[in-house]
Amino acid sequence: MRIGDAKQTYVADEAIWTTSTQKFWFSILLLGLLIFPLLANSYLLYLGCLVGIAVISTTGLNILTGFTGLISLGQAGFMGVGAYTVAWLSTNTGLPFPITLLLAGLMAAAVGFLVGLPSLRVKGLYLAIATLAASVFLHFIFAEWESVTGGMEGLSLEPAHLFGVTFRSDFAMYFLIVPLAVLAVLAARNLFRTRIGRAFIAIRDRDISAEILGIPLLRYKLMSFALSSFYAGVAGGLFAYFYRVVTPESFPLTMSIFYLAAVIVGGMGNLLGGILGAAFMTLVPEALKLLTAALTPFFPNAPVFMSPMLEIIFGALIVGFLIFEPHGLAEIWRRVRRFFHLWPFRS
Amino acid sequence: MNILEIDQLSLSFGGVKALEDVSLRVPKDTITTIIGPNGAGKTSLFNCISGFYKPQQGRITYQGKPLDGLRPPKRAGLGLARTFQNIALFRGMTVLDNIKLGAHVHMKTGLLGSLVYFGRARREEMAVREEVERRIIDFLEIDHIRRQPVANLPYGLQKRVELARALAMKPEVLMLDEPVAGMNREEKEDMARFILDIREEWGITILMVEHDMGMVMDISDHIAVLNFGKVIAEGDPGTVQKNPDVIKAYLGNSDIESLRRKLNPNREAA
Amino acid sequence: MDWLFFGEISLAGLAMGGLYALIALGFVIIYKATRVINFAIGEIMMFAAYLFLAFAGGMEMSPWVAVPLAVLGGALLGGVIEKTMIRPMLGESPIAVVMVTIGIASILVGLVELIWTADPQLLPSFLPRQPVFIGELYLAPKIAYGFLIGMAVLVIYLLYFRFSRGGVALRATASDQAAAYSMGINVRRVFNLAWVFGSLAASVAGILVAATGGLSPQFGIIGLSVLVVVIVGGLDSILGALVAGVFIGWLETVAGAYLGGEYRMPATFAVLAVILVFKPYGLFGTHEIERV
Repeated sequence: MRIGDAKQTYVADEAIWTTSTQKFWFSILLLGLLIFPLLANSYLLYLGCLVGIAVISTTGLNILTGFTGLISLGQAGFMGVGAYTVAWLSTNTGLPFPITLLLAGLMAAAVGFLVGLPSLRVKGLYLAIATLAASVFLHFIFAEWESVTGGMEGLSLEPAHLFGVTFRSDFAMYFLIVPLAVLAVLAARNLFRTRIGRAFIAIRDRDISAEILGIPLLRYKLMSFALSSFYAGVAGGLFAYFYRVVTPESFPLTMSIFYLAAVIVGGMGNLLGGILGAAFMTLVPEALKLLTAALTPFFPNAPVFMSPMLEIIFGALIVGFLIFEPHGLAEIWRRVRRFFHLWPFRS
Repeated sequence: MNILEIDQLSLSFGGVKALEDVSLRVPKDTITTIIGPNGAGKTSLFNCISGFYKPQQGRITYQGKPLDGLRPPKRAGLGLARTFQNIALFRGMTVLDNIKLGAHVHMKTGLLGSLVYFGRARREEMAVREEVERRIIDFLEIDHIRRQPVANLPYGLQKRVELARALAMKPEVLMLDEPVAGMNREEKEDMARFILDIREEWGITILMVEHDMGMVMDISDHIAVLNFGKVIAEGDPGTVQKNPDVIKAYLGNSDIESLRRKLNPNREAA
Repeated sequence: MDWLFFGEISLAGLAMGGLYALIALGFVIIYKATRVINFAIGEIMMFAAYLFLAFAGGMEMSPWVAVPLAVLGGALLGGVIEKTMIRPMLGESPIAVVMVTIGIASILVGLVELIWTADPQLLPSFLPRQPVFIGELYLAPKIAYGFLIGMAVLVIYLLYFRFSRGGVALRATASDQAAAYSMGINVRRVFNLAWVFGSLAASVAGILVAATGGLSPQFGIIGLSVLVVVIVGGLDSILGALVAGVFIGWLETVAGAYLGGEYRMPATFAVLAVILVFKPYGLFGTHEIERV
């Protein structure tokens, strides 16, 4: 509990950062994000971009699953919609990235809206299965609609560009991805200070009472679906610009499970949790790669075990967090902070 | 004038008749109470008025207009607010957010405004916050818990937060489902005082389901007795107390004296 | 149209559908008793099939020994999963429990790849090889005998749940947990048994399916088809599992034969989508009344 933070206006009381300490740390964070690419080597930059994309998509899924209580197994499919939209637009129209990314988000949102429509009749797990069906259909379309998607070969595209500037290197992409990630999280943070965010949470906690209190369930569920898919679409668009090639195999069902795992491991219904989960889940495979590389001189067949180990670790993280720490990394982080707030008076 | 009129409402689940030919009028600016044994259909009646259950027969007229076919959110928007028998707060939110959620129907901010939280969106949020603070949180004396998650609150306070949320809906008719069930004497007195104040100062008509006869007889203007899905008596507290059918429904036999005591505890206390 | 070809394809599809019905039965048993949607059922099948591969292939046991051992192994796996990973989730939201089963599926895939590598494998053949003709229609022997074995197990299951003590306990628990508990039924044991029996049915089907189509760590995808079956039939309906199992198996095979393998999943998922929109609780499922 902080003291001395009395407020004189409601605006100040409802601000995102209510104390000067918080403002200070957020500035440090932004500064760190700005300086990072100047100091980092190319590998770290590459990781930074990956984490940024994952943060956007995880935040989107967190809005749907963590805050609205609608589980989705379609996140990878929605990202695919965004990625193909960007790839097709940039190749066939040459539009600059702000427009292609926006259209990628809107296209994914439209698809998400359609997928959410069964929520008129079904809820909970049935809805999850509707999203599973959507991801099967989307994968099918990516692979078979060859005139648009290029079939199994996929599409390759030129780097993102705007006003003559091209974003070719990871260094340049970092400055495209990370600011968008920060914006995406801030927008979500705003959402949950307003009536629409509250309506989402109300639907998650008690949908029937929410309806009786004046929240039209279908409209808000569809809104949550569309918004979450918009995030996924933008993340997918960035994915396309980052790798500059998009194939049906870029967005497998396991990727949807990856994002679900990121939300769970980070902490459902907690934006900070989504960020931590996205970073953690992106870095685990990398850490495993490093470990494998280090072990290979001693165990020559170590690389063979890497991919299965990764699947086991992902599964174990999902199960372990759900059983032992359902509030995820965000809760662990909170406990750590609490410890230092009180230290050394209590330990 | 009756703000709410229920005509010959029938509701059944499969073969079970929850409500049969129920007619009831709720005069404006009164406290109208529905009493009756457990399973008499009181909460089912509330659910029909809220629009959660669809009665097979009959109609509900609110402010002179039929409610037929309106979904629950529409009815909430028209000024029908309620609390629930088993507290239905949103456990993942703070007290303040729960109350603000009640104001949902009166707010307009769209998705884009919410994401940006600037200009009109922020002004609207601030206006709601101010109104909630000034009119509701002060009035119900819950300012000390506004930042707490509702899940950790004691039962009596949770009931009060639920009332606050319903008030934030700025209702014309406030439906209270067992507002003092499970409360101690002091909490009951507080709640009775709040209910009277809401009617007096806010001009809100109250429709209540309650088992606590002391409170019912004290504060109600109008009482309807429901038994096995039917209205068996209706009138002011004095009339209802004397009705032999009511006495029979509550006791099932003729031990009238003890029932009189139960229906009229004040006399005993005096 | 070549009716003979259509007939043979349909027959193969129906036989496959019979196995789907058996897996779906395992799924529904678990769902009815514990209300858990088991996304790992395909992986449990896969695990049992790999066990059979190890016993019959690696250790060269006779199929008469290897099949029962592998099936028991699969059933044991189900029991262990329930005890260690599902039970701690009692009382949590259904979504959380589903995600636990997704995590379990991922762990099982990883384990299988770790032990048996990611390469596709062929099971040692253990079913009779004489071609089977029904009228003029040829049916591959593996499919035919697989179907017969599957049906035999299915019938035993149905009889067991109808008449045995354990079956009654299970049905009682499914219809009202609290009442079953107060009547002295050990509900926890029923939960565990449901997972054991459900996994056992899935394991039998897993070995039979792998015997016809081969085995790889992607085998668990079949769990998605089973999911379609149970949703179409109704999650809590055994009759639904049987009818939808046969239908979906047939549809998948016919779509694969006429349109190409890439159409198998979209075809069944299209049926799923239609069912979700028009009959959300399946053909035979029950719709629970909600209360405030």
